[in-house]
Amino acid sequence: MSGVRARLALADGTIFEGEAFGAAGVATGEVVFTTGMTGYQEVLTDPSYCGQIVTMTAPEIGNTGIVAEDAESAHEAPWVSGLIVREASPVASSWRATETLSAWLERHGVVALSGLDTRRLTRHLRDHGSQNGAIGAAPPEELVRRACDAPSMVGLDLVARVTPKEPYRFTESSGVWRATPAPTGATRHVVAIDLGLKRNILRCLVDAGCSVTVVPARTTAAEILALDPDGVFVSNGPGDPAAVTYAIDTVKGLLGKRPIFGICLGHQLLAIATGATTYKLKFGHRGLNQPVKDLATGRVEITTQNHGFAVDLASLEGKARTTHLHLNDGTSEGLEVPDLDAFSVQYHPEAAAGPHDALYLFRRFVDRIDLARDRRAHA
Amino acid sequence: MPRRDDLKKILLIGSGPIVIGQACEFDYSGTQGAKALRAEGYEVVLVNSNPATIMTDPELADRTYVEPLDVPTLRAILERDRPDAVLPTLGGQTALNLALALHDDGTLDRLGVELIGASPTAIRKAEDRQLFKEAMARIGLECPRSGVARSVEDAVAIVERGELGAGKPTGYPALIRPSFTLGGSGGGIATSRADLEARVAWALEQSPTREALIEESVLGWKEYELEVIRDTADNFIVVCSIENLDPMGVHTGDSITVAPAMTLTDRELQRLRDASRAVMTEIGVETGGSNVQFAVNPADGRVLVIEMNPRVSRSSALASKATGYPIAKIAAKLAVGYRLDELTNDITGTSAAFEPTLDYVVVKWPRFAFEKFPGADKRLGPQMKSVGEAMSIGRTFCQALQKAARSLETGRDGIASLIGVVDYRALATDGSLGRDLLMDAPPEPRAPETLPPLSAAELRDALERLVPVASADRLFYVADALRVGITAERLHELTRIDPWFLAQLARIVDHEARIPASLGDARALRETKRLGFSDRQIARLCELTEAEVRVVRERLGVRPVFGRVDTCAAELATTTPYLYSSYEDESEAAPSARRKVIILGGGPNRIGQGIEFDYCCVHASMALRAMGLETIMVNCNPETVSTDYDTSDRLYFEPLTFEDVMAICDEERRSGELVGVIVQYGGQTPLKLAVPLSRAGVPLLGTSAEAIDRAEDRGRFDQLLTKLGLKRPRGEIARGVDEAFEVARRIGYPVLVRPSYVLGGRAMMICYSERELAAYVHVAVEAAREAGTQNILVDEFLKDAIEVDVDAIGDGKQLVIGGVMQHIEEAGVHSGDSTSVLPPHSLSPEVVASIEEQTRQLGLELGVVGLMNVQFAVQGGREVFVIEVNPRASRTVPFVSKATGQPLAKVAAQVMAGRSIEELGVRDASTPTHVAVKESVFPFAKFPGVDTQLGPEMRSTGEVMGIAATFARAFGRAIRATNVALPTSGRAFISVKDDDKPAACAIARRLRALGFTIVATDGTAAALERARIPATRLKKARDGSPHCVDAIREGSIALVVNTTVGAREIRDSYSIRRASLLSNIPYFTTMAASLAAVDVLEADVAPGAPRQVRSLQEWHDAGRR
Repeated sequence: MSGVRARLALADGTIFEGEAFGAAGVATGEVVFTTGMTGYQEVLTDPSYCGQIVTMTAPEIGNTGIVAEDAESAHEAPWVSGLIVREASPVASSWRATETLSAWLERHGVVALSGLDTRRLTRHLRDHGSQNGAIGAAPPEELVRRACDAPSMVGLDLVARVTPKEPYRFTESSGVWRATPAPTGATRHVVAIDLGLKRNILRCLVDAGCSVTVVPARTTAAEILALDPDGVFVSNGPGDPAAVTYAIDTVKGLLGKRPIFGICLGHQLLAIATGATTYKLKFGHRGLNQPVKDLATGRVEITTQNHGFAVDLASLEGKARTTHLHLNDGTSEGLEVPDLDAFSVQYHPEAAAGPHDALYLFRRFVDRIDLARDRRAHA
Repeated sequence: MPRRDDLKKILLIGSGPIVIGQACEFDYSGTQGAKALRAEGYEVVLVNSNPATIMTDPELADRTYVEPLDVPTLRAILERDRPDAVLPTLGGQTALNLALALHDDGTLDRLGVELIGASPTAIRKAEDRQLFKEAMARIGLECPRSGVARSVEDAVAIVERGELGAGKPTGYPALIRPSFTLGGSGGGIATSRADLEARVAWALEQSPTREALIEESVLGWKEYELEVIRDTADNFIVVCSIENLDPMGVHTGDSITVAPAMTLTDRELQRLRDASRAVMTEIGVETGGSNVQFAVNPADGRVLVIEMNPRVSRSSALASKATGYPIAKIAAKLAVGYRLDELTNDITGTSAAFEPTLDYVVVKWPRFAFEKFPGADKRLGPQMKSVGEAMSIGRTFCQALQKAARSLETGRDGIASLIGVVDYRALATDGSLGRDLLMDAPPEPRAPETLPPLSAAELRDALERLVPVASADRLFYVADALRVGITAERLHELTRIDPWFLAQLARIVDHEARIPASLGDARALRETKRLGFSDRQIARLCELTEAEVRVVRERLGVRPVFGRVDTCAAELATTTPYLYSSYEDESEAAPSARRKVIILGGGPNRIGQGIEFDYCCVHASMALRAMGLETIMVNCNPETVSTDYDTSDRLYFEPLTFEDVMAICDEERRSGELVGVIVQYGGQTPLKLAVPLSRAGVPLLGTSAEAIDRAEDRGRFDQLLTKLGLKRPRGEIARGVDEAFEVARRIGYPVLVRPSYVLGGRAMMICYSERELAAYVHVAVEAAREAGTQNILVDEFLKDAIEVDVDAIGDGKQLVIGGVMQHIEEAGVHSGDSTSVLPPHSLSPEVVASIEEQTRQLGLELGVVGLMNVQFAVQGGREVFVIEVNPRASRTVPFVSKATGQPLAKVAAQVMAGRSIEELGVRDASTPTHVAVKESVFPFAKFPGVDTQLGPEMRSTGEVMGIAATFARAFGRAIRATNVALPTSGRAFISVKDDDKPAACAIARRLRALGFTIVATDGTAAALERARIPATRLKKARDGSPHCVDAIREGSIALVVNTTVGAREIRDSYSIRRASLLSNIPYFTTMAASLAAVDVLEADVAPGAPRQVRSLQEWHDAGRR
């Protein structure tokens, strides 16, 4: 490693020593941990991690380097504010790799730390909650001050930072990586509201037989309906759902007009649109091994999750039906608004990274679209 | 679906004796299974022929049968106990094959017994290569191109013409995998037509179905395993991904493996996960654990499915220990109806339906025993050859790798350099490779030649030739190659080891050079420790002692901390103290304020130190927990029950070195009272730590280090015997080769020669002449040097003496006898390899009483507190000699306990913790009314080129027990349990040494009375004819065909009795024993065993009659009445 001593300071004053890698400088953000053992590149390029310093609990990171086609954001660049690992690989070992993690981070100006006791950090965040922090090769006092000065995640609208400026069409499928049967053709038009969308969601929609138009976050319901979609997808994204009021309005405006499918932030927005509320979790769910129970079938899905806020189950009552629950802590994982043909999940069925147990939801969405289309045709 | 109430009684099938490919991991799974089923309220009937297991403890099941694992016996048990179901998925391939056989012959249907855990269809689909391949094709997964050969001609057709289902020719090199064998037994890689023909012939012989899969070679591809679980609701989880450091071509049991997978992107890993799920669904496993193996082409990511096991496996044991997820326990519960989401993850208290995530790296490193099998082919391939494994947990791969290397106890303290330690010149030009391993006797050992040291260029050249060949020490060679400047790129070309692993190895090697200069710097030293360097390694690099490094390290405050294995990477708080050391910021050990005992386990299984010691450690833990003490287990063997996180109160998964154990003692002494450490239960490994721990001020429980030394030190032991007036064979210590000759001359030949301080008879031999001593002595010198001494012991060899083993318990004031065992084979066969009979079947009561009395004297004089084992030799039926005293748990403790019903290890542990024998009310074992026989099991079939002649060096891997009312019946059961079927008629071939000819006549007479005809070699035939016993003559192999070996090979011989003496004669008769082994013909290499076998044949009055079975609980009850 570089051998340059660097550290992480949390807002509560706790210091963790490590070594600098990636770009030089100081970075601030909410410090969170994710427990996935694979998929560091997907995490780094996932817009939902915007504004966060991510700790990987898996100790050996960067082993397979950077693979261009595995990036989760359209521009293939990292979204995280910073990265913390126990051990960063000196080499990139994969037949698809083009670059080492370290070189890529440096090229994109992402500050990173290695050699740090990530388990101690994880335990600290678990016990004391996620909080802001600062990383870099700067004196501890300066880092603590920078950490305290960083904006709080509650009430923060980060969507504006990650959403595209202009609408665009998306046609790329999963190709050789497809895990579901091939569709008969792109026969449904889906508008996806990009609040920090992961590219694999779009691929999954294409895989399921949709042609997709991606629109910026501030696109209104009327503008969306003007695109004549068969269904609307509300994406994942960073920050506090309650702060994204414009998107909530859009969802409200679309409810009942077209089938809606939401993921993660999209789940929270759909809940708020029906009148429910959200709250911030102590340290969130971030990982690839989160068990979710489908209440309809009783089956358990191993899911990818990345969220710091959750839908208040009690507030859903009378407004939407809970379809999925987290098996460990019983938090909201899925809801359905039967009369208004909308459903959403808190977790990431598109995985990337993670298991493919919940890909069936994309199929469910196109089935809803087809039914709704039939109904409209016969109405 | 919740628990099935329609089932009441369940039969659990074990895996039998420890063999290569099936070791104590199935004791671990069987034990977990039995506990889980009983906790659910089921009545458990258990069968396993292996008495050294925890699972056969009578308390663990309602009925425990220590009986042969064969269809007639299983049928008898099913008929007698009428269980509702059979659970075969926790007992390895053995249990699965038995269950399938019982299904196929209609027994299960007839008795209305359900197979749970895996359906017959699923088992067949997974196990039958062709069915499996077809199943994979149906779900769009690729397998390597292959075809099933039932003859050598078939194999050629597959390889060269693509016939028999291969599609396209598989080409050379081609992989050969015999069907239905353990650990890939009989497998190989053929590079040419001639090679193919020889190897296929061998493989077909190994396969019970006479079939072998001939397969496209994917040598050099990346190899992965996924440990998966599926339930009836189609809930599916991956418990662990495992990556093989050694690329495809080496059996996964022989590979260094790493968990989790290190060099896959998420997309690639998910592809394997999706494939595993599809495989589980297609094969139809819906109530349990399985593993699926994949090959991945490193050039383009192409994935091939190699195989799947629809049962708990060695890898599942590893995965369980690596993650903290108890696969066998969960599998047992799924088999009785539960769904994953109805079960709890003990460690986190949350649902069992999740996938463990690791924030550490696990490395498994196999342990080999080639030194026991001179002449064996040491190259690794598709047939498993390792006898055990060590697992280590580290925060990073480098740390885990170096911990694993030192856990192996092969004299390496990490990734140490072997330059100047091994003879690279000789290794690179290994002469044994040109030999016909199937039939040529091993070469005679030669004294090492003195050659000038290798030049740098020669060394590079030797390493470049060595590293492409997979071998036990390959990774050390690769590290040395890096040290001499061969690049990682070049090494990747030569070895196909993934560049990431090579980069990590390079980090270790590069760092090593910086250690001496930076020793005084705390930050640098911490980095060194974080890379996994042990104090001993650092000491060697800095030319200091381990103690000096320790002082520096302590002064700089560089100390290990302990992290928890928690299944969730710290996401959830846990209370389970399953710990590993690392050099991080904070310790999560949280030692309790209780009174505590640390039990040191035995480390990786090896020949001479295996499951028996794990049994003892587990019993110590159970007994001390019951006394209210906190028990803390330290071990690094993932196959064991001792490393189950709920066996003891606390578990440290750590190497058993002084440094690692001291760190645990220090940590535990931060709170509460460390009453003591038990070093006597795990075999030689912890015993070696007795003195250093004691010197470091750690209290030891039981017999003092001083008493241990008194029993082990030759000079002091002789004084002790003189004081007590006890006899021992004459002998002396020789320092070096010259002295050995002098001593031998003084004592007179034959002499028994062995290095000091080694276990399992390592490099022990009987020399009948000066010439033989000259040929073998340097082997003993070499072994002694490895053990850190130059002393070799030269003793008078007691010819034709009977060996006796005694296990006893002392408390310092009193000593009780646990059991006296007579060996069937005469002295000279290692006690671990011989057949033991309890109670003695041919010793007079006076001799037994004298042996017991001498044991008592020895124990009391030594002040033994805890277990003690004494070996005696009885000559001429009267004269008793003390051979050796071991004031520790012995290999026979579990056998004695199963035979007598007295849990010796538990009682002794209580005594060590301060209870008196009187207080415990323990008395000498009364002579049981039944007879128990322990028979050994050997791995010779795995080692072409190795002689099967028994000798003073232990070579058995496992044991079975036969228990019955008479000696002959008990021995008969024991023989059957080793999978040998004694014939009832046919041609018996006898070829014996001169001394044995009178006994051979008696045997021949009795065999003829049983209906056998006799064939013999010239000398033996002449002796028989003189005794008026008709015998057909057969030529010796060296006299030309047709000879006796031809007759054995063509199957016209039913039974072989072959004894021989002298090195040359042994080599001459090698092919007789080897051919008998290969043809699976019962053969006996001692007169005593042959005579006992005839007893068995005579006792078996009605062969084919239904088997009588009786449970241990019934035998013990009868004994108590």
